[in-house]
Amino acid sequence: MGSLASLLPLRLANVTYDAGGKRLLDSVNLTLDRGPRTVIIGPNGAGKSVLLRLCHRLLRPTAGEVWFNGPETVDGRRRHAMVFQRPVMLRRSALANVAYGLMLAGVPRRERLRTAEEALERVGLRHFAAQPARVLSGGEQQRLALARAWALRPELLLLDEPTANLDPSATQAIESAIQAMHVAGTKIVLVTHNLGQAHRLGDEIVFLAGGCIVEHAPVDRFLRAPASPEATAFIKGELPW
Amino acid sequence: MSDFGTAGRAAMDLVVSADPRLMEIVVLSLQVSLSAVLIASIVGLPLGAALAVSRFPGRRALIVVTNALMGLPPVVVGLLVYLLLSRAGPLGDLGLLFTPQAMVIAQSLLVLPIIVALTRQAAEDAWADYHDLLRSLGAGPARSAATLLWDIRFSLVTTVLAGFGRAAAEVGAVMIVGGNIDGVTRVMTTAIALETSKGDLPLALGLGAILIGIVVAVNAVAFLLKDAAARRYG
Repeated sequence: MGSLASLLPLRLANVTYDAGGKRLLDSVNLTLDRGPRTVIIGPNGAGKSVLLRLCHRLLRPTAGEVWFNGPETVDGRRRHAMVFQRPVMLRRSALANVAYGLMLAGVPRRERLRTAEEALERVGLRHFAAQPARVLSGGEQQRLALARAWALRPELLLLDEPTANLDPSATQAIESAIQAMHVAGTKIVLVTHNLGQAHRLGDEIVFLAGGCIVEHAPVDRFLRAPASPEATAFIKGELPW
Repeated sequence: MSDFGTAGRAAMDLVVSADPRLMEIVVLSLQVSLSAVLIASIVGLPLGAALAVSRFPGRRALIVVTNALMGLPPVVVGLLVYLLLSRAGPLGDLGLLFTPQAMVIAQSLLVLPIIVALTRQAAEDAWADYHDLLRSLGAGPARSAATLLWDIRFSLVTTVLAGFGRAAAEVGAVMIVGGNIDGVTRVMTTAIALETSKGDLPLALGLGAILIGIVVAVNAVAFLLKDAAARRYG
């Protein structure tokens, strides 16, 4: 393991993505390295989700290249994981949902349950382990999705608006779980259009508009003094105060 | 219409007294149709799920064909299996014609497209939701199909039932390949057809009532099962 090349940095070079005759991403260049929590922000339709999916290999770029520094799988285990806006739960218990991901990652059965229980503990769902996942609330399901990703020990975690449908207390639970993963050394890349969340969880901002990266800046600088008119308008429009 | 009344009463007597002749027919019917549904499910459930998760040239055409085969006329299936199994046919040496096995083969073929098409439909609906997650977790096509089957297991109860309903109710295929031989290949539907034409209405009516009863009971159990499961697992 010691000689294994680091997964990051992740590089996107001239990445373009078309779908249905529309250009969703236009010649994007981006390097994401370990350390700072990256928040991808921008208006609806800016291409935020597409960018995340390209990084996670759920989509293939129409042109350009997405590549990681090191191998993306080690012994069948993917080194990057993703949490979706709407959590998808398999029709089985909460614990089994986490264990399922571990099984696909080639983790031996005995280790699976222990790791899954630990992951549930991390997101405060230990007492729901035996509950069918689908009867949990939306916030609990999203925490469970986070636990499922956590259990895989990814080096890079991609999150696509994980709190878009959640109330404030559920949002807070998710945010502290994300923060805990950051502290544990996982690179966090989060898509949101909530400036408060970007401020709380972000170190650097990637601002997307119309399929292009308009700004890539430290969060404080971006929020205080956006350099582009698009970002200025976006911040003005999104500010709740 | 007093004829009808007496026939009905006689039918009731046959059912209530569990007439051995009647019971023999009922048992054989269930054996044949349940075996056929079992075989068609073992083959058809994985096929349907595979069809849902895979993408290959000609897939859409295959789906159209499978859907169309759901309406396959039983007599045509009977005829094809008859040709296969008849003495001069390619499988004639097996000597299966006019045996319950031949009836199971015919009904399996009849039920298979129903299982495949309905499974494909249900699995594809679920696949739309699961696709990203399963790809994200690294599931290949075979694993995805298996996971889908397990996750839609309650809907599949209805699918299998539709197959059973088809098998239990058809006359044409079992008549042709079974031959309606008393005590050997006589099942409920062929017996009803025969006894009606002979004028033995009590037996025909009794069998008809049992046939309906079985189908209703099986559906009721399946409905309750699905309902309870849906409430438990969401």
